[in-house]
Amino acid sequence: MVCNTCLFSVWQSCMMKACRMRKLNLFYGIRVRAKSWSYVFGEDVGFGGVFRCTTGLADTFGKHRVFNTPLCEQGIVGFGIGLAAMGNRAVAEIQFADYIFPAFDQIVNEAAKFRYRSGNLFNCGGLTIRTPYGAVGHGALYHSQSPEAYFCHVPGLKVVIPRSPTQAKGLLLAAIRDPNPVIFFEPKWLYRLSVEDVPEGDYTLPLSQAEVIREGGDITLVGWGAQLAIMEEACVEASKEGISCELIDLRTLLPWDKEIVEASVNKTGRLLVSHEAPITGGFGAEIAASITERCFLRLESPVARVCGLDTPFPLVFEPFYMPTKNKILDAIKASVNF
Amino acid sequence: MGWPRSIVGALQRLNQRGLAERGDLFLSISREYTLQRSVPGERHGYILRSFGANAYRSEAQERKSSIPVEIPVPYQLHKLSEGPPQHTQTTQDELMKYYRDMALIRRMEITADILFKSQQIRGFCHLYDGQEAVAVGLVEALTDDDSIITAYRDHGLYLARGGTLFECFSELMGKRTGCSGGKGGSMHLYNVKKRFYGGWGIVGTSAPLGAGLSFAHKYLNKKSVAVAIYGDGAANQGQIYEAKNLAALWDLPLILLVENNHFGMGTAEWRASKQITFYDRVHYIPGLKIDGMDVFAVREAICYAKEHCMSGKGPIVVECDTYRYHGHSMSDPGSTYRTHDEIKGIRQERDPINHVRKLILKEGFATADDLKSMDKEIRKEVEEAAAKAKEAPQPAKDALFAHIYKNDAALQFHGFVR
Repeated sequence: MVCNTCLFSVWQSCMMKACRMRKLNLFYGIRVRAKSWSYVFGEDVGFGGVFRCTTGLADTFGKHRVFNTPLCEQGIVGFGIGLAAMGNRAVAEIQFADYIFPAFDQIVNEAAKFRYRSGNLFNCGGLTIRTPYGAVGHGALYHSQSPEAYFCHVPGLKVVIPRSPTQAKGLLLAAIRDPNPVIFFEPKWLYRLSVEDVPEGDYTLPLSQAEVIREGGDITLVGWGAQLAIMEEACVEASKEGISCELIDLRTLLPWDKEIVEASVNKTGRLLVSHEAPITGGFGAEIAASITERCFLRLESPVARVCGLDTPFPLVFEPFYMPTKNKILDAIKASVNF
Repeated sequence: MGWPRSIVGALQRLNQRGLAERGDLFLSISREYTLQRSVPGERHGYILRSFGANAYRSEAQERKSSIPVEIPVPYQLHKLSEGPPQHTQTTQDELMKYYRDMALIRRMEITADILFKSQQIRGFCHLYDGQEAVAVGLVEALTDDDSIITAYRDHGLYLARGGTLFECFSELMGKRTGCSGGKGGSMHLYNVKKRFYGGWGIVGTSAPLGAGLSFAHKYLNKKSVAVAIYGDGAANQGQIYEAKNLAALWDLPLILLVENNHFGMGTAEWRASKQITFYDRVHYIPGLKIDGMDVFAVREAICYAKEHCMSGKGPIVVECDTYRYHGHSMSDPGSTYRTHDEIKGIRQERDPINHVRKLILKEGFATADDLKSMDKEIRKEVEEAAAKAKEAPQPAKDALFAHIYKNDAALQFHGFVR
């Protein structure tokens, strides 16, 4: 932990030591400028949150800055918008992304449009909403949803999804500092699974910039969040069969880095998008449409989407629902052999 | 004979106000009509315990010898001049039934705990032990025509409302033989025949849904109510207030039952709410607060509340002061935000099953050994049901895509889109 004498900092780090519990533990860094302040609030964040992401923050920075809210998502987000409108950095936590829907109106109608409709007189750019999302193996209908697509449809918002602890720290710091309202989806699957050496200093990663995490020449795979680990496994399997895959982590879904994906598809001629959310209307559809527009003549095969099924997130059928490594591998081969 | 005077009066008043909309007409007439109908002495075909009198007991009940029971904790009232009685009657059969029903729920929850820890039940599991009196008392006071809707802590209510152990365990384990076909799990138990509209995962949903149910009851001129159950944590959700306003505005026969177990997950009520009472949150809806660990208090309060609604006075809030022994869910030990002493203390002082047990023993309706063997029998029954559920098959593969739409127009494919 680094504490600057004239600024508060709360750092994001991961449990690095092997002897400690392998949990993704997020403390996040917020710089307080001369006149504005930062706050972290949500259900149960005071004692550390249900995933222990905010452990120790209240003790370090005081209960007036890290505090619990009652059970009222719409209230939490509206409250955050108000705080942000006064120039503060409001980091609101929605306990599970499945519960974000009461706040949907506030996010879409208020947060996203504030700057626009006031002609830049006001804004709530200091608002960041963090929420755990995605499958966790046993979450069933209301602890596993991936609602990112609903928010990608809203100009004025940014949607950011990290794939690992190192990425999460840099992206979260960037999201908090970004002068626009950001929704930060954290893959809850990775909270307990992911162990990484995270640099202790202050660093940010650029928003709206995708990252090529694996170079290849035969097919481009695009994904985000926990799904990338699955896609990586599929790439490894595919390479055993002589197919060289290029894997891109989108990192920011809105606004997304079209150029890097376009450049990659121009190289490989094939695209596959994979996400946990149901396929119809998922964000993969936007990527498929955009890339088809941009790279139509270069494409060697139709854009493949390997996604969750068009069902509510099921209870016992989760293994069937999920876009697994084998489904991705199947699609890679079909695309290459088109 | 013509129309009852009350309806003629209503029509005249409506004409005066120039109201043309069918909806208003219906609601006004039905309110007038129900007022006319709830005349003392009239048999409604079910046992209605009107406050102060035992006039409506069924003959069968009157034949058995009844004993008086005190309801020691005084009711707290909001916008009500008189509450339910602080005493009631019961019989040996009734006491034994309450004991059995509550002990069954208790044993079921303990077994579910064990099954969850051995990974037979997966997903989320929210246990109801400690709150049995609310479920049993509520169901006892209602008829099969009344609708009940609750949140995710629904095992107890499912059992009390006529669900079987086998179907319950099956659903918890995600088996085909579960009440929801294994598709819902712990939080989604339902019973159509008994109008148990279940088990909802999102906090606070029960209130507006309950308002809709109660509107249907009133519109169809049924002599029945809807009971919407939510907790102290949910009480700060916006939709609760929306539902309360709707119900009060339209005089809906809605009983809003708050199961106040004092903790919303790990947050104590005083940390989440400016006002830690829930029965008087809204000044225009009357309410009462009762001891939710006393099955007789719950029964009397719900009878009273039902009468309130049936007389056309609109919604009412019943806050049950209750307690859950387990944590919020199976991932919550339940002891990081409250002490073991507190939990033990409630078990000793206020346990709902003990309350009934003491009465049974005091009246000599059964000996301690009788109750012990009843407990053993219940335990065997529960364990057998769990074992049977374990052997049951999982849902068929085509169940994955079934019931998304009515005629299943959903896209069905397992691989990828070309």
